Amino acid sequence: MSHTAVSNGVQGPPAIVLDKVNKWYGAMHVLRDVTLTVAEKERVVVCGPSGSGKSTMIRCINRLETHQEGRIVVDGTELTDDIRALDTIRREVGMVFQSFNLFPHLTILENCTLAPIWVRKMPKAEAEALAMSYLERVKIPEQAKKYPGQLSGGQQQRVAIARALCMNPKIMLFDEPTSALDPEMIKEVLDTMIGLADDGMTMVCVTHEMGFARQVAHRVVFMDRGEIVESGTPAAVFEAPRTERLKLFLSQILRGH
Amino acid sequence: MSDASLAVDHIPTAPRAQEKAPGLGPWAWLRANLFSSWWSTAVTLALGYVILRVLFALFEWGVVNAIWSVPYGANGMADTSVCQNAKGIGACWAVLTDKYRLILFGRYPYDEQWRPALVVLLFIGLYVVSAMRRFWRKELVLVWIAVLAAVGVLMWGGVLGLTPVSEDAWGGLPITLILATFGLAFAFPLAVLVALGRRAKRLPAVRLLCVLYVELIRGVPLISVLFMASVMFPLFMPEGLNVNKLLRAQIAFILFTGAYLAEVVRGGLQALPKGQAEAADALGLGYWQKTMLIILPQALRLVIPPLVNTFIGSFKDTSLVLIIGLFDLLTMGKVALSDPPWQGFSTEVYIGLAVVYIAFCFAMSTYSRSLERDLNRSGQR
Repeated sequence: MSHTAVSNGVQGPPAIVLDKVNKWYGAMHVLRDVTLTVAEKERVVVCGPSGSGKSTMIRCINRLETHQEGRIVVDGTELTDDIRALDTIRREVGMVFQSFNLFPHLTILENCTLAPIWVRKMPKAEAEALAMSYLERVKIPEQAKKYPGQLSGGQQQRVAIARALCMNPKIMLFDEPTSALDPEMIKEVLDTMIGLADDGMTMVCVTHEMGFARQVAHRVVFMDRGEIVESGTPAAVFEAPRTERLKLFLSQILRGH
Repeated sequence: MSDASLAVDHIPTAPRAQEKAPGLGPWAWLRANLFSSWWSTAVTLALGYVILRVLFALFEWGVVNAIWSVPYGANGMADTSVCQNAKGIGACWAVLTDKYRLILFGRYPYDEQWRPALVVLLFIGLYVVSAMRRFWRKELVLVWIAVLAAVGVLMWGGVLGLTPVSEDAWGGLPITLILATFGLAFAFPLAVLVALGRRAKRLPAVRLLCVLYVELIRGVPLISVLFMASVMFPLFMPEGLNVNKLLRAQIAFILFTGAYLAEVVRGGLQALPKGQAEAADALGLGYWQKTMLIILPQALRLVIPPLVNTFIGSFKDTSLVLIIGLFDLLTMGKVALSDPPWQGFSTEVYIGLAVVYIAFCFAMSTYSRSLERDLNRSGQR
């Protein structure tokens, strides 16, 4: 397979390198020789049918899941059992989840200041100012004193993005950020992500939002049954699929929309 | 994921059945709930009759015909003939007025009993302060240490001009409160550690140890743990090293309660969605930061009802130290009854003891309910 060569105009040092990564859940082979390099400031959208391993792959990048074979290098640090290396990487990599995973017992502001204060050892006032600036950026500063349960899904997901940004990450991972949202809220979250893309953030995003992929992604990666099947520019992948599997997937996605 | 304070009041509710509609006034309520049919009227009247009869009889026995004090004979013994004559007709509360200091403070030197009394007040003050959420700060730990140290100083004496009193002379309410308070204060952190240890995937030895501890302790009655502590434990100790009986009972009690609390805490840990830990991990929080800031605050909140349930159970379990010869509140009640003139007045004594136990347990359950309400109001889910 020759998918690694496609880099679509984004050159630069690699931010994320996955080299022949394999993972099993018991006897189930969920990642098969996944090889992928994401350059700094590159934006990659990962799509594929459910159970294709795309979420597992993205979760391996900050080691919420462990891989069993192959190498993963993030920002120059290889992911191993070394706790210190892991801490370094998690500080540099922000993650946004499908189910938001805000901390329900903390206010919106506290959700955002928690990691800067405890992990970055930032003074509280500074952390709060930082958090407010990011909450303004995701357009919900007025909700700062509320609790997550009082916000809509779209607002919660924007808070989750702000919370990740407060750690000033070099890389952002999005694991189906709009899949749990009602249709009318998807746009506000995607707009936030587009704004982030415009600022040159390195992004890996698992999503089925084709419009978003076309507008933002430098590269689209299609996964199926644990392996990367095709990869290329959004135009190449969506308009000229080479494999039957991708054609089938695209027809199903388009029928759904 | 429903928040009652959110939007619920904007949803028009379907009109309810007539008899449940609020604001009908007491008469309509009575009619709807107690006299709605021939059958329910009959039941209401019959039960009402029984309840009133019982209440009247109790009032007559406990208040109208009750005897509050008795004269003392020439030998200093209470002359209980009045009470003996009134048996079955009126309560003899005189047994409590005569014996309350023995029951509450045991054989602690009579003139020094202000010390255990102060200890009881200190404990109650500690509970009240700890219950108020505005005092939930790091300093509260220092307050606890200070109070527990003061309890030791007051009870033992020997410093600050206080006469030394051996713990063999301690008894009554201070023993109960010491066992319960020290017991829960140490059992709770132990339980949290054990519950966390039982879920530590990376540390199989720790996990095995925690599982063994919980299953072993849960598998035996408290009485046998207490026996073990009081009879068997000294056999294993080197000659001359003598750990006192109260301390041994206290440790047995901590270990026993810890095992039960650990399972309650583990229930809370398991109820928490996995995404919470993942989000904390993804933000780069370390294990203890994640546990203290994200996991435990939510997990413990989820298990307040079973937690308080176990607390109340443990409070009452302190009375089992009777069997290893410690004189807690309940045991002192029995001791008071062994005084010849007062033999046979156990009903009055046990009612008096029940009132004390109920006061503490009811305070705990009322507080837990208000705490749940408060925590739910402040926001989430």
